Amino acid sequence: MPKVKVPRKSTMVDMTAMTDVAFLLLTFFMLATKFKPDEPIIVDTPSSVSEIVLPEQDVMIISVDEQGRVFFGIDGQFNREGLITKMAALKGVAFTPNEVKQFSLVDQFGMPFNQIKQYLSLSADQRSKFNKSSSGIPMDSLNNELGDWIWQARLTNNNIRVAIKGDMDTQYPVVKRIIKVVQEKNVNRFNFITSMEADPRKTGSE
Amino acid sequence: MADIEGGGGGGHKKGGKPRGKKMSTRVDFTPMVDLGFLLITFFMLTTSMSKPKTMEINMPVKPDKPPTEEEQTKFPKDRAVTLILGPKGNIFYYEGLPDNLTFETTNFGKDGIRKYLLQRNKAIHDKCSALRKEFQEGKINEEAYKKGIKEAKGDKTGPLILIKPSDQSIYKNMIDILDEMQICDIGVFAVVELNEIEKQAVEAASPTQP
Repeated sequence: MPKVKVPRKSTMVDMTAMTDVAFLLLTFFMLATKFKPDEPIIVDTPSSVSEIVLPEQDVMIISVDEQGRVFFGIDGQFNREGLITKMAALKGVAFTPNEVKQFSLVDQFGMPFNQIKQYLSLSADQRSKFNKSSSGIPMDSLNNELGDWIWQARLTNNNIRVAIKGDMDTQYPVVKRIIKVVQEKNVNRFNFITSMEADPRKTGSE
Repeated sequence: MADIEGGGGGGHKKGGKPRGKKMSTRVDFTPMVDLGFLLITFFMLTTSMSKPKTMEINMPVKPDKPPTEEEQTKFPKDRAVTLILGPKGNIFYYEGLPDNLTFETTNFGKDGIRKYLLQRNKAIHDKCSALRKEFQEGKINEEAYKKGIKEAKGDKTGPLILIKPSDQSIYKNMIDILDEMQICDIGVFAVVELNEIEKQAVEAASPTQP
């Protein structure tokens, strides 16, 4: 009996289908992607069962990190231009058009007002270094710049909502102070930014 | 590796007409797939898919003048529950007015504050659960569901929760307790500040150093 010959098969696989899938996924991700905004401070938000999605427009975000440093940011380049112009007028500091432009590109910032000019002149690398050592926006009763920012932001965009983004381990007095500042500016409805958590009412494990 | 199967050599054969080489049209796609997946990986890592969620809160508007004696006595004692957020995730709670200030201690664990709140708010919570079930099964529409929830929460016999985060608590505690309000379907709650008596009591009750 002759040996059974195993026919030699080519190891080549048709890659066309795989390419199709790969590029389909690629297209999906390219279209769906929105680059993670570069956040100057690390904020680890607590989770909640709340399902309200944070609106992308008309929102000012007050971030607080673990050490209680406060950062501030509003959406939209035009809004930011308006905001810095108004703040400059309030504080009596002149900004060059270039500085205004630079400011309109900053997503979140946190430094006393008199350091903003210096910050805007820095390069991206230097800025992140600056943010690491920055003390945040002052909000004590003597020098309540956070209140000014909130107020001017509301004047710039009167549909704006206040969202507070705190770190899990932020000490409560800091949060209390922020809430007080926000309320002083007659904002009595605001949002806390949280991450998702399973709702025990839905999973049925109460 | 390349899959282009050239005829090899080619050229004139038997002195016939010069013919173009017969080339296979098959192209090796492997590098293209590699590239495709590389880019996919890149986009997957840089993308932020899950949008942050938010929790909305309405703070009580500060009154222009302090409440009068009469207004203060209107406070429904039997419905009030005060939760004080102490250090290290402890919760001190008491019902009614802080007469002799004895409070129970609990925490955010499974059998902690949620158990107490659910038991305290049983009537409303059961009503809301029934509505939720009906809504999920599609028996009622969203409008009726929302209206029902609103009605149930507006019940005048449910507990009034006063949340008092002490200075020793952290932000997470506050979010967690607000979350419990939502989970337990509490109708009325407010975040307020501690008074002096409570402050002292919290300091006395909290262990100084473990």
